[in-house]
Amino acid sequence: MIHPATGRFRPGDAVRVLNEHRPGHIRTPYYIRGKTGRIERVYGDFLNPESLAFGGDGLPRRTLYLVAFNHADVWGAAQAPRDKLFVDIYDHWLEPAEYGGQKDEHIR
Amino acid sequence: MSTSGDAHGHEHPGHELSPQAKRIYAIRDLLLEKGVLTEKDIQSQIEYQEARSPANGAKIVARAWIDPAFKERLIADPKAACAELGIDATALNEFVVLENTDKVRHMVVCTLCSCYPRPILGRPPDWYKSFNYRQRSVNDPRGVMREFGLVLPDDIEVRVHDSTADIRYLVLPLRPKGTEGLSEAELAKLVTRDSMIGVMDALPKLPEP
Repeated sequence: MIHPATGRFRPGDAVRVLNEHRPGHIRTPYYIRGKTGRIERVYGDFLNPESLAFGGDGLPRRTLYLVAFNHADVWGAAQAPRDKLFVDIYDHWLEPAEYGGQKDEHIR
Repeated sequence: MSTSGDAHGHEHPGHELSPQAKRIYAIRDLLLEKGVLTEKDIQSQIEYQEARSPANGAKIVARAWIDPAFKERLIADPKAACAELGIDATALNEFVVLENTDKVRHMVVCTLCSCYPRPILGRPPDWYKSFNYRQRSVNDPRGVMREFGLVLPDDIEVRVHDSTADIRYLVLPLRPKGTEGLSEAELAKLVTRDSMIGVMDALPKLPEP
């Protein structure tokens, strides 16, 4: 059951993934931490897996986003100019950013 | 190690078990002894797991290829569209269909573990869970696709989806050209499991009998 989104970001917003290192059931892969992308889609609010994994109630719910990254912005070089990586990331792992990477009609 | 027909009333495999398997059997025995689960619960769960297969996904894709209105419903509300075909996707928290086009190919991975749309595709193949695939799919997707026989020109956009959270993804592959004369059941035979993960396209024609 999806709950309506209450998070800070809207489609098109530039975001940076927090470069935090802490133990636990973290659903943010290491390779994407510190990278900048754009909100592609807002999925809604979900129980927080970082709490659920340890028997918690998952509250407060966290907004989950589909975040788009240019392949080149993540890995330093593009395999092809338009290739992208999409990662599902919760609100508390994102901060507002200025997008300074490769220009593209999807990653504006 | 216990063998068949020991005192507590159910069977263990006769051959030597790995430490992990021994632990699983010990946990099973405890759950049974404490009455948390019954033998019947375990058996019916195994049957449920085994009953799900990529044939479900192939049926969905073939219908989407022949029925544009169904395809629209599938993309707008995948669970409801699955229910129309008698496929129960309600076990998925959320389910998103990624449509391939002439200009875009999608590919799905879970770099953190093995998240996979099991009600639609059954159990994931071993390579999907391997460190090799999980690392290379995000870093070198075109190289992975090439190993599956799919070589894409640079003007086609590759979109890799890392399903790290509550969403499960199914790729809707392109309908191969020249398949206008095939029936829905024949079209479903072109839809491989790997084409719904996105590492390859659907088969170009029916396999030889």
